[in-house]
Amino acid sequence: MIRVEDLVKRYKKAESNAVDGISFQVKAGEFFVLLGPNGAGKTTTISILTTTLSPTSGGATIDGSDIVREASAVRRKVGIIFQRPSLDQNLTAEENVRFHAVLYGIYPYAPTYGLMSRGYRAKVEELAKLLGILRDIHKPIKTFSGGMRRKLEIMRSLLHDPKVLFLDEPTAGLDVPTRRTLWEHLSEVRRTSGTTIFLTTHYLEEAEEADRICIIDKGRVVSFGTPDDIKRDLVEDYVLVDAADRSALVGELARLGYTTSGGAPFKLHLDGHTVHAVLRSIDTPLNVVKTHTPTLEDAYLEIVSRSHD
Amino acid sequence: MIEASAILAIAHRDFIKLLRDRARIVTSFAFPLIFIGILGSSLQSGFGERAGTNLLVFVFTGVLGMTIWQSTAQGIISLIADREEDFSQEIFVSPINRYSIILGKILGESLVALPQALGIIAFGFILQIPIGPDQLARMALALVVIALFGGAFGVIVLANLGSQRAAQQIFPFIFLPQYFLAGLFNPIANLPLPLDILSKISPMRYAVDLMRDAYYSTTAERVQLFDAGTNLAIIGAMFVVFMVVGTFLFVRAERNR
Repeated sequence: MIRVEDLVKRYKKAESNAVDGISFQVKAGEFFVLLGPNGAGKTTTISILTTTLSPTSGGATIDGSDIVREASAVRRKVGIIFQRPSLDQNLTAEENVRFHAVLYGIYPYAPTYGLMSRGYRAKVEELAKLLGILRDIHKPIKTFSGGMRRKLEIMRSLLHDPKVLFLDEPTAGLDVPTRRTLWEHLSEVRRTSGTTIFLTTHYLEEAEEADRICIIDKGRVVSFGTPDDIKRDLVEDYVLVDAADRSALVGELARLGYTTSGGAPFKLHLDGHTVHAVLRSIDTPLNVVKTHTPTLEDAYLEIVSRSHD
Repeated sequence: MIEASAILAIAHRDFIKLLRDRARIVTSFAFPLIFIGILGSSLQSGFGERAGTNLLVFVFTGVLGMTIWQSTAQGIISLIADREEDFSQEIFVSPINRYSIILGKILGESLVALPQALGIIAFGFILQIPIGPDQLARMALALVVIALFGGAFGVIVLANLGSQRAAQQIFPFIFLPQYFLAGLFNPIANLPLPLDILSKISPMRYAVDLMRDAYYSTTAERVQLFDAGTNLAIIGAMFVVFMVVGTFLFVRAERNR
C-alpha cells in the first residue's frame, strides 16, 4: 500500500537532513506505527507522504500513485489527522464536515445545511449520532472539548473512504481518559472500515497494538518489525555480577564460556540460559547480582539514547 | 463541477467568517470613513471650493476603489494566517486544483469586500455626494473588477511572504506609497518622471482610476486619467500575470520548505 524508498528531506537553510534516507513498506489494512522521539522526522515524513511537502530526493508511492508526479491522485486516496487540529474555529461542526465533503467532491456545495443533498444530511446525522453530538452538530467548534474535536476530525477524514488514514500524533496534548476513548474509537474505525492506518507517535504504549513498527531517530530508521520482533532484537536480557575477588570471577566466567561485556560490575549475557542456572554454575562468591529484563519501553529508550551517542 | 463546488465552498467560508466577526465589520469601515469624512471634507472646505472642484467626491471615489482593492488583497494574504492556524492544511491536502483554492479565496474575499463598499456608498449619500442610478450601476460593476484585481495582487504578495509577521511588517510599504502614487487624495496627472514611472507601475492606481471613471464619465468633470477600456486592459493583463505567477510561486513555496 505504501512504499517509501530512500526518502531524504533537507529543509532550506538546515545543516542536516530532517529525513535521512529512510525506506520501508506498509501493507494494505495494516496498523503501522512510525515511532520516534520529538524531532526524529515523523511529521516531515507524513507531510511528504501526504504531498504537502516535497522530498529532497528519493520517493514514495501510495496505492501505486507517486507522491510527486501524481499528487492529486494520492490526495484522493489518503485521509489525514494533523498534529494540531485543523478544524476551522469559526465554523460549526456541521460546516466543517460540509467543507471537507465538498472539497473532496463527495457532495455538491450548497450554502446552507438544509439545501445540501439528502444523502449528505443522512450522513451527517449518522456521524453525529455516532459521536453523540446530535444536539451540538450546529454549534461552533469552539464549544467542543479537545477529545470531541479529535473524534470529529477522524470521522471527517473518513468521509471520502481513504485507503490510508494518516494520524500525526493525534493524542498529543490530550488527557489520559480522552486519549483512551479516542483510542477505542480508532480501534472501532479500524475494525469497521479496514482502512490502512499510519500513525506517528512518541508514546510507546500506542505502538504496542501495531502490526508493525518503524522506529526512527534523527531521520534514520533504527529498527523495524512487529512489536515482538523489536523486543526480540533489541531487548537484551543480562545479569550484572561482581565479586570481591574479581580476577577469580573473570577467570571462572571465561572458563564457563559466558560472554561478558564492560568493566565491573560485569554484564553477563544470558544467551537463552535462565538466571537461576547461570548463578548456580558460578562458584566464586558474588557480592553483586542484578537481573535485567527490560520492557519494550526500555528497549526503545535504549535505541534512542544509543543513536544520540 | 467538483472544482466549482469547492471554489464556492471556500468563498462561502470566508463570507461566514466575516459575518461572525463583528469587530472586523466595524473596523473595516473605520479607515474609509475617516479618510472620506475628515480628510475629504477638510480638503474640500480648505481648497476645493476655491479651486472650483469637489475634492470630497474626488477623495470619496478614490477611497472607495482603494478600500475594496486593499480589502481583497489583505484577505488573500490571510491564507498565511490560515497556514499558521493549521487550517490551510485541510485545504491543501484536498485533491482540488491549487488554482481553484486561490480562485475560491479571491471570490470569498471579494464577497467580504462588497458589504464594505455598500457601507461607504451609504456614507457618501449621507455626505450628500450626488450619485445617479447609472453612476451607481457603473460603480457596482467597477467594484467587482476591482475586488478580483485586488485578490490577484494579494496572491503575488502572498507568494513572496513567509509568515504573518512578515506580512504585517511589509504592509505599510506595499499599500501606503500606493495611496499617493494612485492619487487617492492628491493629483497625479503631472508627476515628475521618477514618480510618474512609480505611479504607472502601482496596481492600485488602475483600481482607483477605474472607479473614478465609473463615477466621472457621465459628468462634465474629468479627473480620471485613462478611459475604462484602457484601465480594464491593464487590469486584465496584471490580473493574469499576478494569478499565474503568484499561484505558481505560492504553491511551490508551500511544498519546498
